[in-house]
Parts: sequence; C-alpha cells; structure tokens
Amino acid sequence: MTPTKPHQLQLNEQGQLRHFLTTEGLSRELLTEILDTADSFVSVGRQAVKKVPLLRGKTVVNLFFENSTRTRTTFELAAKRLSADVLNINISASSTSKGESLRDMLWNLEYMDSDMFIVRHGDSGAPHFIAEFVCPHVAVINAGDGRHAHPTQAMLDMYTIRRHKGAFEHLTVAIIGDILHSRVARSQIHALNALGAREIRVIGPKTLIPKDIEALGVKVFYNMAHGLHDVDVISTLRLQKERMESALLPSESEFYRLYGLSTEKLAFAKPDAIIMHPGPINRGVEIESAVADSERSVILNQVNYGIAVRMAVLSMAMSGQNADASNQREDA
Amino acid sequence: MDYSRPAFNQRIVIRNGRVIDPRNVLDQVTDVYVADGLIAGIGSAPVGFKPDLEVDASGMLVIPGAVDVCARVREPGQTQKGTIHSETRAAAAGGITHLCCPPDTKPVIDTRAVAALIQERAHQSGYAHVLPIGALTRGLEGQQLAEMHALRETGCVGVSQLRKPVKDAQTLLRCLEYASTFDLTVFFQSEEPSLSLKGGIHAGPTATRLGLPAIPDTAETIALSRDLLLVQQAGVRAHFGQLSCRRSVELIAAAQREGLPVTADVAVHQLFLTDEMIDGFNSQYYTRPPLRSEQDRQGLIDGVKAGVISILCSDHQPHEAAAKLEPFPSTEPGISAFDTFLPLSYQLVRTGVLTESEWVQRIAMNPALLVGLDAGHLELGSNANLCVFDPAKRWKLTEERMLSAGKNSPFLGQSLQGQVQLTLKDGAITYRRLGKS
Repeated sequence: MTPTKPHQLQLNEQGQLRHFLTTEGLSRELLTEILDTADSFVSVGRQAVKKVPLLRGKTVVNLFFENSTRTRTTFELAAKRLSADVLNINISASSTSKGESLRDMLWNLEYMDSDMFIVRHGDSGAPHFIAEFVCPHVAVINAGDGRHAHPTQAMLDMYTIRRHKGAFEHLTVAIIGDILHSRVARSQIHALNALGAREIRVIGPKTLIPKDIEALGVKVFYNMAHGLHDVDVISTLRLQKERMESALLPSESEFYRLYGLSTEKLAFAKPDAIIMHPGPINRGVEIESAVADSERSVILNQVNYGIAVRMAVLSMAMSGQNADASNQREDA
Repeated sequence: MDYSRPAFNQRIVIRNGRVIDPRNVLDQVTDVYVADGLIAGIGSAPVGFKPDLEVDASGMLVIPGAVDVCARVREPGQTQKGTIHSETRAAAAGGITHLCCPPDTKPVIDTRAVAALIQERAHQSGYAHVLPIGALTRGLEGQQLAEMHALRETGCVGVSQLRKPVKDAQTLLRCLEYASTFDLTVFFQSEEPSLSLKGGIHAGPTATRLGLPAIPDTAETIALSRDLLLVQQAGVRAHFGQLSCRRSVELIAAAQREGLPVTADVAVHQLFLTDEMIDGFNSQYYTRPPLRSEQDRQGLIDGVKAGVISILCSDHQPHEAAAKLEPFPSTEPGISAFDTFLPLSYQLVRTGVLTESEWVQRIAMNPALLVGLDAGHLELGSNANLCVFDPAKRWKLTEERMLSAGKNSPFLGQSLQGQVQLTLKDGAITYRRLGKS
C-alpha cells in the first residue's frame, strides 16, 4: 500500500487545491495563485460592506482542538467576509473529552452538511488523517497540527514578504529560535523553497534545531552574527515557557542574550531587512520590544494580510472541492 | 465465531518435497510420513502404512513448523483485537506451530492462573502451541519480583519486563539474579523510557519533516548496554528481542564475543521497512521500536546473516481497525504479521542473505532451542510439527485472506512470493491449501 502523501491528497485531479494541509509539495504556480488571490481580497476589508458572496450558503466549521484566539478569529473573519455560515466548536468542552472518537465526532458534523472544516489539533498529521480517512468530501484546512504544519500562517508570511520585497529569488531568509517545535518554521521552509528563495537559514541552539533539518533545504547556524549576516527577511518564532522546564534551555535571559533579536544583532542583517513574527510576541524573550515596534517590523501588517490570505485559501479549496464533487457526479 | 478444530489422527504422506532439517543435517527431496501425530518415516514408509491423505509437495519445502518467540494473541483482556482462537488459526496459516506470547495481557501473566488459562484456551482451539512468557515483576510494574518459579512450573518459557521500566538498577539486578537461580531465560526489549516518546518515529529527516517526536537509536542502545552489564553481573541467560538498529547488533556481537549467554531476534518487518515509508502519516507503519534508517536496516540484515541475530520473529500485534484510525501519534503501534512472516523472511534466501538451512534455523530450530522445546526439527518419532512452503507461489495479501482478527499490515495489497501450503501441529492439519482447488 503506497501511503498518500499530504501534497498528493490536497489536490484534485485538475491540480486545484481541495484541502490545504501543508505547503510541502505544492508548486510555485499554486502558491503564487494563493498570493495573487489574496491580493484581490485585501481591499474587501476596506469596503463599507466587508463581504463578497463566494462562500454564500456554505457551512464552515472551526474545529479547534487547541486553544487559539488569534488564528481562530482571523479564520472566522475570513469565512464571514466570504459570506459563509460559521460554526465555532469548543472541543475541550465537547465530545472527545467524553471518550467519543475523533471519527465519530466528525462524521456527526459531516452529516450536518458541513462544507469545510478548519482544524487545529495537537497531533501532527491530524488534518491529513481527517481529509484522507474521515471526511474526504469536506474541504479540510489545516490551522496548525502539532509540530507539522501551519500552512496559512506560512502563506501570510509569504504574502508579507512579497508585499515588502517583491520577488523571492534574491532573498536570504533567516528563521530564528525554536525550530524543533515550530509548525510555522516547517511550513515557511517548504513555501520559501517552492517560491525560489535564494537561501533559507535556521538559527538556534542545538536543542531547538531538529535532526537532519538540512534535508528540508536549509542552512543551520548556531550563532546570530553569522546567521543574520546580509539577510533580507527575519522570521522570529515564539518561545514557549515550557522549553525551560523540559531542559531545552537554561533560562529566558540566556536565550535572549544569545538569540533574542535586539537592535544590536539586527545590525548584522541588511539595512532594509524586514522582521516578522507569527505572534503572540514575548517581548524581551525572542525579540526586543523596540525592535518589534520599529519601522522594520511588519508584524501588524501580517495580521491584516492574514485575513486576505485565509479568504484566498478558503475560496480556492471550496472551489476545488466543488469541482471534484461535480466531476464525480458526472462520472456516476 | 468459528469453533472449528483441526482434524486429528490422520495418516498423511507428503511426497516429493525438499525436506530441510538443519538439526539433523537433512536437505533432500523425499517423502515424509506422519502417523499417530508423529513423524513416522522419512524416505521410507513405516510397515503397514496406509495414508488417509496423500499430498504432492513437488517443488516445495517441507520444514519444521515455525517457532515464533514474540506474538500477541490478545487474550485475556483485549479480545476486541484478537482471541487465542483467531490468532492461533492465523498462526497456523502462517506456518507457525509454536508461539510465545508476551506477558502484557490483561491481567498480566504474573500468576499461575493466567499462564494456565492461556495454555488451556490454546489447547481447546488446537491450532498452535501457545507458550506464555511470564512477567519479570508483579503486574509488570517494575517494583516487586513476580513469582517466577511458579510461572515456570505452569509452563512459562521465560520472563520479561517488555518495554516497561523497572524502578531502578538494583531492582532489575535482583530480578535477574532471582531468574538466574531457577535457570529462567529473561527476554529483554531494551528501551530507555525518557527517549522513547509516545507517537514517535526514528530520529531522522522524516520525523523532522512530519513534526513527529523523534526516537534516537540511543533509546535502545543505552538500555541495551546497561541490560548487558547487569546480565553479566547476574549470570543470567538473556534474549534481546526486536532489535531496531545497527549499533544494537554491534553491542550484542561484542557481548557474544565475550562469551555472555545472550541471543537476539529481530522482527521480520524491521528488515524490509524504513522510517521514510511513514511519509504521509500512514499509521500502518507505526511500530515500536520504530522503523529506522536504511543503514540500520542493512545493519540488522548483516546481523541476521552473521548469526549475531540468530532468531527471526513476527512480533505479531493484531489491532481492531479503530486502533489505527486516529491521527498518527494517537494510534497504537504494531503490525499483524503472521501472514507475512514466512514469505518475507524467505526473501532473505532469495536475495542470498541466508541459505534455506540457515533460514530454517532462524525461524524454527534456534527459537525452539531458546525456549527449550522439543520442536524446530523433523526427528523420526518426534511430534509432527511441520510446514509445507511453496517458495515460488505469488499471491496478494488482502484483508479477506488474513485469518487474524487484526488486518493491520503495511503489506496489504502487495504481492508476496512464497506461500504456506500445509501446516501440521502434532500431526493434525491446522492449515491446508495443498491439494485443494
């Protein structure tokens, strides 16, 4: 039995997106299409009536098995601006805590004629599992699974980079911090490689750099001076407090001293380098407060673009899933 | 439920098969006669022999029934995954006449009652001998000694702590010394718990790409090194099961060179699968120990060839479908492996790793010696435990073909070469394709 790889699973026979599970294996053309589509949605937020009817009559279910305010809110806004009906399900209070299996729970939702699941789950591969084995005819959007992928975050980062830097070909991008636990970093790496970035670097101590990460097409640096030298884009990652407890780091202050993005270390990068962060920020841990607020920081722009990028992904996946369904009806 | 039982007391002649019995240095095309549950003749019929059944095994191998040193039958306690009846029938279809079941049943095999129950159920079903392995510590909790002597008296062929931790080195040392007192073999599955995260796979590019917890080979080698040192100190006979990496083979080889009484086995799937195959979050490839790198796979094959690993086992672990239908890290590890045990292991003969005789040693003779069984050979007058295997036959593994209650195999849908045609347990036909249309 040949396992279905996530990037095979997420496209229909015409090569259109029908689920969005990972940026891995997607073509440059498809990623560019997402960015271009997002471009057309940016202005929707500035209209008097902030709505387009692309998902009218569709039911979108936000299934967050892990807490998140920001990501869930931007997905909800994106779906509502596309005129979908949105259902938010608080899983910790729902059935899996009563021993119901994930499959049973999702099948119930499917039979309520849901059209799309936006899934955040602590297990790597959970959205992939849902798309392959549970509800293949519901469009599944990965809103973050374990350490595996957070593809919409990566695409909004790509969108931010394109808005500020234009093309990707000449860019050197550094991703700093807890790469080991970061689904954002993995999705950024795949997207940047597909879009043709010149060089991708990861910077951090060995305890936070996963084994054989070079195989994903990155260079590893343990030192900020070398790693940030001449970079165009800096992506900082959130550092969770648990990392100190599990003996991955001695203290926040030592991490900040070595890998925190300070004004001083920022000087190693190109003068026009932009600074990104997926949020929420720990000021004084992974980034100096003044740097986060500086004019080179594009962190708040990212939040704004996030809605447009998610609108793009939702509308494309819904249309790919519908095209698939109508083809199957013709076959039958 | 199927309450069928194998047919007893038939007189059977198996003609023209290539009969291989390494213990008696036998490898020739000849006839085997079975009567009264015994091997009644090889080459010439016993006086007055009139067969009830005559089968033609031309082009096939006639070998001792396989002895599997690690196979879960899931009973008592987990009958949603399999029963002694269903799993021994599946074992018979896989050419297995004897299997050892690890003590992690529910309740654990730490009392005479559980050990006796398992053997009694197996006897009632009649498809394969089930030899329990007792718990090393009470409840497998790693705190107090289990009643090992009582377990041995009730038929346990060894004791094991499996992958469960023992409180500390002193407790483990005492367990080993106590086991040694009564000449019990201790079965190890060496694993350092802090490096063996749940839902984890081999620490390598695939774990990094998929964002799954990474289990380095030191999870095995650290524990194995410590276990070997304690084995030496306690002077106990030890068997190390289901090795997963090259460095473990080196550690076992070094211990054997020093003259330690240690043996090792590997699960056959570990010789054919690697961590890269998990790409796509396919939970059928989720095993414990994890599938490792290509270099590890090669290292294990070298170990099997050199005889450092002298035993091949199935590590059969049947599951209900739901156990594999969760997001990858929440699924249960293991493969339903009886169907693929002989075909896959025979591939080592086809690829020149082993001779036919060495293959039979590793699946039947050596495991029988390890657990002290009068089996794994075709001695005249001994119980007729044998298997007829067609090495050329190609077939496809499907759920329908699997007799095990667990259909969880990464080899489903694949074409396999080599098929069991007939299995006899103490002369009774426990599985038969041969001579049937």
